[in-house]
Amino acid sequence: MTTLTINGQTHELDAPDDMPLLWAIRDLVGHTGTKYGCGKGLCGACTVHLDGQPTRSCIIPLSAVGDRRVATIEAMAEDATGASVQQAWRELDVVQCGYCQSGQIMAATALLRDNPAPDDAAIDGAMNGNLCRCATYVRIRAAIHTAAASLGQEVS
Amino acid sequence: MHVLANRQHDKAPAAADRLVNISRRGFMTGTAGLALGLYMVPLLGRGGGARAADENGEFAPNAFVRVSPDGEVVVIAKHIEMGQGSYTGLATLVAEELDADWESVRVEGAPADTRRYKNLAFGIQGTGGSTAIANAFEQMRRAGATARAMLVAAAAERLEVAPASLSVRQGKVLHEASGRELGFGELAEAAAGQAVPEEVTLKSPERFTLIGKQRLMRQDSPAKTDGSARFTQDVQLDGMLVAVPAHPPRFGSRLASVDDGEALKVPGVVASVRFPSPTRDGDLVAVLASNTWAAIRGRDALTLEWDDGRAFTLGSEEIEAAYRERAGEPGKPVTRRGDADTALNEAARVIEADYVVPYLAHAAMEPLDCVVDLQDDHCTIHNGEQWQTLDQQAVAQLLGLSPERVTIHQLYAGGSFGRRANPVSDYVLEAVAIARAARDQDRKAPIKMVWTREDDTRGGHYRPLNVHRARLGLDDNGKPVAWHQRIVGQSILTGTSMESMMVKGGIDPTSVEGASDLPYTVPALHVELHSPSDIGVPVQWWRSVGHSHTAFSTEGLIDEAAVAAGQDPYRYRRELLADHPRWRGVLDLAADKAGWTSPLEPGAEDVKRGRGIAVHQSFGSYVAQVAEVSVDAENTLRVDRVVCAVDCGMAVNPDVIRAQMEGGIGFALAATLHSEITLDGGQVVQSNFNDFQVLRHNEMPEIEVHIVASGEAPTGVGEPGVPPLAPAVTNAIHAATGRRLRRLPIADQLEA
Repeated sequence: MTTLTINGQTHELDAPDDMPLLWAIRDLVGHTGTKYGCGKGLCGACTVHLDGQPTRSCIIPLSAVGDRRVATIEAMAEDATGASVQQAWRELDVVQCGYCQSGQIMAATALLRDNPAPDDAAIDGAMNGNLCRCATYVRIRAAIHTAAASLGQEVS
Repeated sequence: MHVLANRQHDKAPAAADRLVNISRRGFMTGTAGLALGLYMVPLLGRGGGARAADENGEFAPNAFVRVSPDGEVVVIAKHIEMGQGSYTGLATLVAEELDADWESVRVEGAPADTRRYKNLAFGIQGTGGSTAIANAFEQMRRAGATARAMLVAAAAERLEVAPASLSVRQGKVLHEASGRELGFGELAEAAAGQAVPEEVTLKSPERFTLIGKQRLMRQDSPAKTDGSARFTQDVQLDGMLVAVPAHPPRFGSRLASVDDGEALKVPGVVASVRFPSPTRDGDLVAVLASNTWAAIRGRDALTLEWDDGRAFTLGSEEIEAAYRERAGEPGKPVTRRGDADTALNEAARVIEADYVVPYLAHAAMEPLDCVVDLQDDHCTIHNGEQWQTLDQQAVAQLLGLSPERVTIHQLYAGGSFGRRANPVSDYVLEAVAIARAARDQDRKAPIKMVWTREDDTRGGHYRPLNVHRARLGLDDNGKPVAWHQRIVGQSILTGTSMESMMVKGGIDPTSVEGASDLPYTVPALHVELHSPSDIGVPVQWWRSVGHSHTAFSTEGLIDEAAVAAGQDPYRYRRELLADHPRWRGVLDLAADKAGWTSPLEPGAEDVKRGRGIAVHQSFGSYVAQVAEVSVDAENTLRVDRVVCAVDCGMAVNPDVIRAQMEGGIGFALAATLHSEITLDGGQVVQSNFNDFQVLRHNEMPEIEVHIVASGEAPTGVGEPGVPPLAPAVTNAIHAATGRRLRRLPIADQLEA
């Protein structure tokens, strides 16, 4: 049995140690907001937070998760930064097909926690591994700036 | 894309349905004609005067609108939402005429039901060719206007006033004389008792309050930002098993033997099933498991032997060499205007060039998948479904059921770019065949078939590799007097059910669209086509179809002509478009907004900068783009900025149009810079995003989109943003460096 803490809830899972976290989250726990895109850590659709750090859940086996807390897109509305990012995404209508956007939002949220006012180079650095085939990149960039501005206002 | 019905693929059904050939011009007239007669099908088959309510007391005046007692307006979308904004667009049309409150509007995907939900441009249910808003423009508005009239009639009865004394605003019926108002919800039940009006009056455009007017939040934004949007991949049904199939190493390889011993040892794996492939040669095998990870591991643990005796074994280089040889011989005449050979002989100057584009995978972020719940006499499919009528017929044929026994539930698609509308229903039939094979083993569980990224990349049905050979003759003044173009590329439609209706005289219109109807004033235009039939790589439409390669060659060639003539590429085009005001309109707008006539800001030291322009019409929409590029001392290319002008007729949702241009530019830029599928000995070389490269954040240019104000009927925007981008970029590279690139992707060509 593997014990996972996902979005504050503890789950006892009967899963092999080498199962990637992605499939435990999706198929065993049933949180399907985290997406399968490549299975090789190449596209970022599966991005979750492990103790707040953005992590590709498709390549990290359950054995390597340990007791770190897992947060997924489903918990972002309860997270101050995550909620601001979601709000900015909606204000600018970033999404198209939407399949990659959970991962984009998770990556952007982690970026903004780390760097409250990222410039474009910082956005490229943090987001470059998150692919969007619809190429919503212009709006993702704008939405990150929007979220940063709204978070900055809340702080000040 | 152009369309169809009546599939006669040897393994697919041969059901007769109506078939509409949409040439661009014929398309609009066809839409208008159909829209008059077929716009409304009562949900429960009721006629005028019958009650329009369902069991829940909801008001459902037609197949497209429901109003519930709590005031929620549900719009039923007949088109898939795969990112292109169709749900938002269709709901805008309904809400406009209904005068609904946008905050109370929700969209549901329609099930497969050709009678109610056919695409009026196709005659069958399906999405493609950037037709969603164009075909539904009047239909959805009538649906909204009908509902509105019935709500007003109900309010008139309730308030005991004349209907004409009532107005409707944001989900409320108002009696201004008395200050009384009633919400849609309060009226829903009573409205359902009203006669369905046979005639409704639609708003004239100056009365629009939503169409083209304001930015409405996309219908799918909330669910796609909190993880709750449901894609096929997310379906979980009781007892469901995940199936991952094994595909052959080459197109045409046949499965010779299966050893599933190791696969069955993988924890979670339940079984393997061997099944006759509905669309490939011979059998395939799939592994069934209780979760996706186990199914993938199980599939990978299969030991399979394949017989390549009849497999396709050429590589891309050999295919290209063969195509270049074919390009030296006359092809089937497509367009013949004037005498190009004589004009070329007499020309002051002749430009000769080959343009080459590779196979391309669609590579949607959601790899192909499909959920099948098969019963003895019924099949339920859950899918991001782009091709309802033909998939439904194909499944029915495979199972020996009538199409009504095949239910297809609509889900969001994580991209498609054409792939989920497969001409032979490949992935849907594969899922059904697996479910049937499982059932034959007495495993009656619902099946979710999942392809891995590698399966998706190597699964075929690519945008075809093309070689275009051109000779342009210019006169003493640099004006083109002859344009001779030979296109060599596989036909998408040949061998499909669409062939008999669409392919005339051996000409597949999707191979030549955008070249055969070249808009420039050239006295002699010859376009010829070779469609090699001996290439075993399955091909398919890919966002903008033939335009994805014809715009690259034609807009590259006209640029070459301008340069050879020593003229400004924008003005040169403009002169030759005197008879085409909409082409000229977007060309002028893009050039103006890009500041074409002022010099481009210089780059840093050792950085060469250049500006390129291209204009193209596809699917009835006109798009011009100006690209600005920088090439540094290491020959690293950056596309800095793209200014885009689009004329898509009346702009229904301006922000969705902007988004589609932005996305189309990014999608096209991936293919311009990086993406290609190559074959080596018949095997697809690429496998995942490491080697099938798409665009990344840091490569996205700054983009400006300008929409031409127009009262023309709306046309599509999903595809038309794609074609001009590649030539705008390569023309800009020429302006910057003097190097003319005639092959995509650019990859490392600048380093050579």
